Amino acid sequence: MTGPMVSSEMTAFRRGRLRELALAGVLVIAAATVPLFVRDAYSMNVLILTLLYAALSQSWNILSGYCGQISLGHALYFGLGAYTTSLLYVHYGVLPWIGLAAGGALAALVALALGAMCFRLAGHYFTIATIVIAEIGLTLIHNWDYAGAAMGIQWPFGPDSWATLQFARDKTPYFHFVLGLFAVTWLATWLIEESRWGYWWRAVKDNADAAESLGVTIFSSKMMAAAISAFFTAVGGGFYAAFLSYIDPDSVMSFRLSLLMALPAVIGGIGTLWGPVIGAVVLIPMTEVTRSYIGGSGAGTDLIVYGGLIMVIALARPEGLLSLLPRLSAGKTP
Amino acid sequence: MTALLTCEAVTRVFDGLIANKDISVEIRQGEIVGLIGPNGAGKSTLFNLIAGSFPVTSGRIAFDGRDITGLPAAARCHAGIARTFQVPRSFDSMSVLENVIVGALVRYPKARSARIKALETLDYVGLTGRTARPAGDLTPPERRRLEIARALATEPKLLLLDEVLTGLTPAESRSGVELVRRIRDSGITIVMVEHVMEVVMPLVDRAIVLHLGEVLAEGRPSDIVRDPAVIGAYLGDRHRAA
Repeated sequence: MTGPMVSSEMTAFRRGRLRELALAGVLVIAAATVPLFVRDAYSMNVLILTLLYAALSQSWNILSGYCGQISLGHALYFGLGAYTTSLLYVHYGVLPWIGLAAGGALAALVALALGAMCFRLAGHYFTIATIVIAEIGLTLIHNWDYAGAAMGIQWPFGPDSWATLQFARDKTPYFHFVLGLFAVTWLATWLIEESRWGYWWRAVKDNADAAESLGVTIFSSKMMAAAISAFFTAVGGGFYAAFLSYIDPDSVMSFRLSLLMALPAVIGGIGTLWGPVIGAVVLIPMTEVTRSYIGGSGAGTDLIVYGGLIMVIALARPEGLLSLLPRLSAGKTP
Repeated sequence: MTALLTCEAVTRVFDGLIANKDISVEIRQGEIVGLIGPNGAGKSTLFNLIAGSFPVTSGRIAFDGRDITGLPAAARCHAGIARTFQVPRSFDSMSVLENVIVGALVRYPKARSARIKALETLDYVGLTGRTARPAGDLTPPERRRLEIARALATEPKLLLLDEVLTGLTPAESRSGVELVRRIRDSGITIVMVEHVMEVVMPLVDRAIVLHLGEVLAEGRPSDIVRDPAVIGAYLGDRHRAA
């Protein structure tokens, strides 16, 4: 090819990528000012959960969206993060910041160990295995006295502090923390998209045989995706524990959580950079509002909402809400 | 000419069915070899054994001076063997360019250099105008070119083409032939499985005819088409039908 043509293509591509990064930067900075306008605790709670699920879904999307290994057991990693952070803090006084990193590292190791066993399973069998393994984890925690068993773990009361991530009155710091967590997961995905792993994962998802013939090692690709995905999910779990100051097995490891991590990406656009956050912004406020206003004692209302949304999306927009927008990422397909 | 690829007594058995039996062939540096034979002759099996899609039951395969019998497909790509698939297997969630980038990443681990290599390769095979299209949107002949581009982007020493000239119009087929020649002239050795004798015979330097899993004949195309055993096994039926 003529040199100038390649270089103009490359310049256009680079510009598109930077535009995307700039857009994300602007959105994050704009979001950071939201607490100036939203003062009531309930709305703040909804915003924090929305960003948390955006970050979690972004993490889930790395393994399941990009690499195509659909996991419905990510509650296991979330729980690992929540329990590691809580146990280290409550039993040993280790600051949650270290707990978050430790929980993330532990979850990544567990993901590698489970991956070594499960990645030989294809498609639906893999998904079923993830559900079963997460349920086993839930049962184990339920019966582990050191971790509070079914009673859970209560964090000690203390003064508001960034060191211990405890803010009893004003929840704004949690908002900024989780916004930062989301920004990190988004940035990680943005970087991965234009890396060898990013291309390899998508190739593995689309056609494993063809990928292999092009020098892609399937197994190590899946392992890498699983470890990164589990790491960020566990950091989210650790944050959730600090945010609530109390965890029990069902609140951090139930199947419902695995579903809630997958849904935003599925609704917004699976395997895309912006899908998880768009899905979370649509889904989480809707379910929180439904739960508080209509829910009452009928605890299943939010599940009806998920089901309805999935059906509408599947029928009208199988590629997710993102496909409604004009190409958000000019860089993606130059 | 030195041997680039050597198959020694390669045998592959599927559930008791012998698909390849004691096949010993040599592919020399820089030649175009046609692998032909009637349906069920074992062409695809041999092709897949060379590419490493599945292991041999017995025998030995050497490539570029080293034994690759035990290497999986991905490692053979690293060693310098690239292939296309009979039914194109594009990555349909990705653009044409991104498909080729996947191939280029084997030699260019940085995504930026891989992208440059992929753009150059797409130009080489004549898909420049289609780089941004989703791979699934391509027409069947374009998909074949994409398969070739993806394989070429891995900078192979040996390129295995599986029926890339089958099912094309005469014009498409001519430009396909021209592309294959160009690839060979750039120094890449080619083995092609093909059904269409009229297209493949003028193109190849040498033909290997498989029949019932064994090598029936091997030699220059002009000799092969006159070989009574070959005519009986394969060409004969066509000629009678014509």
